[in-house]
Amino acid sequence: MENRPLEYDYTVAKMFMLTTIVLGIVGMTIGVFIAFELAFPGLNTIFGAGLAEYTNFSRLRPLHTDSVAFGFTVSGIFATWFYVGQRVLKVSMAESKFLMFIGKLQFWLYVIGVAAAVVTLFMGYTSSKEYAEFEWPIDIAIVIVWVLWGVSIFGLIGIRREKSLYISIWYYIATFLGVAMLYLFNNMEIPTMLATSAAGETNIGDWFHSISMYAGTNDALVQWWYGHNAVAFVFTVPIIAMIYYFLPKESGQAIYSYKLSLLSFWGLMFVYLWAGGHHLLYSTVPDWMQTMGSIFSIVLILPSWGSAINMLLTMKGEWQQVAASPLIKFMVLASTFYMFSTLEGPIQAIKSVNAIAHFTDWIVGHVHDGTLGWVGFMIIAALYHMAPRVFKRELYSKGLMAAQFWIQTLGIVLYFTSMWIAGITQGMMWRAHDEFGNLAYSFMDTVDVLHPYYALRGTGGLLYLVGFFMFAYNIYKTMSSRPVEESELQNASPMGA
Amino acid sequence: MFHWLEKHPFFFAVGVFVVIAFAGLIEIVPNFAQASRPVIGTKPVTLLEQAGRDVYIKNSCNACHSQLIRPFKAETDRYGHYSLSGEYAYDRPFLWGSKRTGPDLMRVGNYRTTEWHENHMKDPKSVMPSSIMPGYPWMFKNSADIDTAYATQLTNAQFFGVPYNKPVPMKDGSTAVVKMADSVAGAHAMALAEAKEITSKMKDQNVKDAVARGEIPEIVALIAYLNSMK
Repeated sequence: MENRPLEYDYTVAKMFMLTTIVLGIVGMTIGVFIAFELAFPGLNTIFGAGLAEYTNFSRLRPLHTDSVAFGFTVSGIFATWFYVGQRVLKVSMAESKFLMFIGKLQFWLYVIGVAAAVVTLFMGYTSSKEYAEFEWPIDIAIVIVWVLWGVSIFGLIGIRREKSLYISIWYYIATFLGVAMLYLFNNMEIPTMLATSAAGETNIGDWFHSISMYAGTNDALVQWWYGHNAVAFVFTVPIIAMIYYFLPKESGQAIYSYKLSLLSFWGLMFVYLWAGGHHLLYSTVPDWMQTMGSIFSIVLILPSWGSAINMLLTMKGEWQQVAASPLIKFMVLASTFYMFSTLEGPIQAIKSVNAIAHFTDWIVGHVHDGTLGWVGFMIIAALYHMAPRVFKRELYSKGLMAAQFWIQTLGIVLYFTSMWIAGITQGMMWRAHDEFGNLAYSFMDTVDVLHPYYALRGTGGLLYLVGFFMFAYNIYKTMSSRPVEESELQNASPMGA
Repeated sequence: MFHWLEKHPFFFAVGVFVVIAFAGLIEIVPNFAQASRPVIGTKPVTLLEQAGRDVYIKNSCNACHSQLIRPFKAETDRYGHYSLSGEYAYDRPFLWGSKRTGPDLMRVGNYRTTEWHENHMKDPKSVMPSSIMPGYPWMFKNSADIDTAYATQLTNAQFFGVPYNKPVPMKDGSTAVVKMADSVAGAHAMALAEAKEITSKMKDQNVKDAVARGEIPEIVALIAYLNSMK
């Protein structure tokens, strides 16, 4: 081949960028709505008593969590993979008709799977396991989508020109393997249609209904081994893959330390999986597992902070970029929130702290400073970096982007501060006894006190959502403007100038 | 070694997998033999209770209510005896929950009644004036899915050895038998008999009429399940 730069093919990346934005809007809108339902319960029936079954908090809650996790975030992971993968492996999707076909097939199956998941969750078909609510037919579809992604990853690696795998690729591989293992084992279930009655009848009842292969305490153990590590392999590992690529690219700086990235990667892989037990402190799982969960959660600070510090030090000597570029702001604040929530999590995993924090809104607050601050900001930053390059147009508005950054940051701060106060207040009230040794507060007292914090939290979420709409608008205006670039933008970022 | 691994994706992937699978092997596998033994007095759920458990899951009650009492004085004062592993031996799936927007329900059958649940599920504010829980009026209209509940019971018995139609030891030294029907038609008759016991204490005329016609509204099944949680 003649000596000219590779023309990368971003067809599949663009498709997943679209679902990242659409499902982000869906998931976050539902999130804001259910947040306000807790503050103002009248909203449960705002669409009429007839629809209340489908709009009340309990039916919508899994839709919120699943659409932001498996819709927004997983789409973001796929979108960035189909962008980053080609570029760091120095090979174009256009070079392999097979991989292009697999990529498109993966996208369409994913869209079908998402549609089926949304409809069935609305109807109330759920296995009840958090972040694994889907019934077995959808589980199978998800496994197929995942395997297709694996074919893309290893297929592209197989035809690569750059022999050494860049750090981002390590993390994408780990995401693929980790989620595959966790999802398969947590969703082991027996469809109830397989049972036979004494009279010889089979296929009784709903065909898609199933029950878990594990019972009681074992089921809880497997679920939180999954639940915790889904956070690892959906909300942490692939997001680190993104920041290892996009931060150096956008800032023009080399990664601060290769050794630190090695230590953080292998450390994270080994330590994370042990920490699931911290979801089950003071439950009926054996004590030694609870203790392991606590200890490893503390140890987890090391590899987590290793990555975050590696990112922040990558900006060494170039901090003026944080002031100049809203895109760098997003990524630097994402790393900061990553440090923050990976310190907060271990604190909550200490048994005596967990005794107060568990079952309260503090946990909800912790999840959201991680997801809004770290996951959300990093995916937004990644898409902002990709947009000019995949659409071959300048980004529509840097000013709008900066405004979005500040609105969303304010939203996150309101969110986690209100949830801290709510969680600790409620946790302390639950355990308070009066001078005679009786419980000081009824449960209802501890709900009444939360109202202002729930209202504040909803407002924080709303600000974040407003920012997300600004993001969607900015990307839309970018892709629909007149192309100004003859070929892909080759040099530093559009922000740098 | 790491440089070598970074040039050999297959071995790299194997390495990652071994490192991440390790913790699961150590933590999860040994517990399986041990944790699934029922404590004395733990019975499998009846057909109508199973249908009620399905209603509980369908409406994600577990999004706001836990079923796990931790061993603290504040919790045992409020909810009763702390949870024991063996009490969950027949729970597929487990329903511990992760958030208490509302109170724990592990032993709600000890201190709430059919009448209370009926009023509360229709309009929570009628019994708890500042409650933020929404009402669930559709449960008074939708029919419970007895067929699927029956299939669930059969699956539990056939694949997991849950002791239906077998004597189960009780705390007072006696034994109890939870019956399971032989056929779908028998299951419907059995569920209806259970439902009539519940509706004899309910006041909603539409629900009573429905049961008299041979239908079982979701609320009846749900109350049967809630009453069984002791």
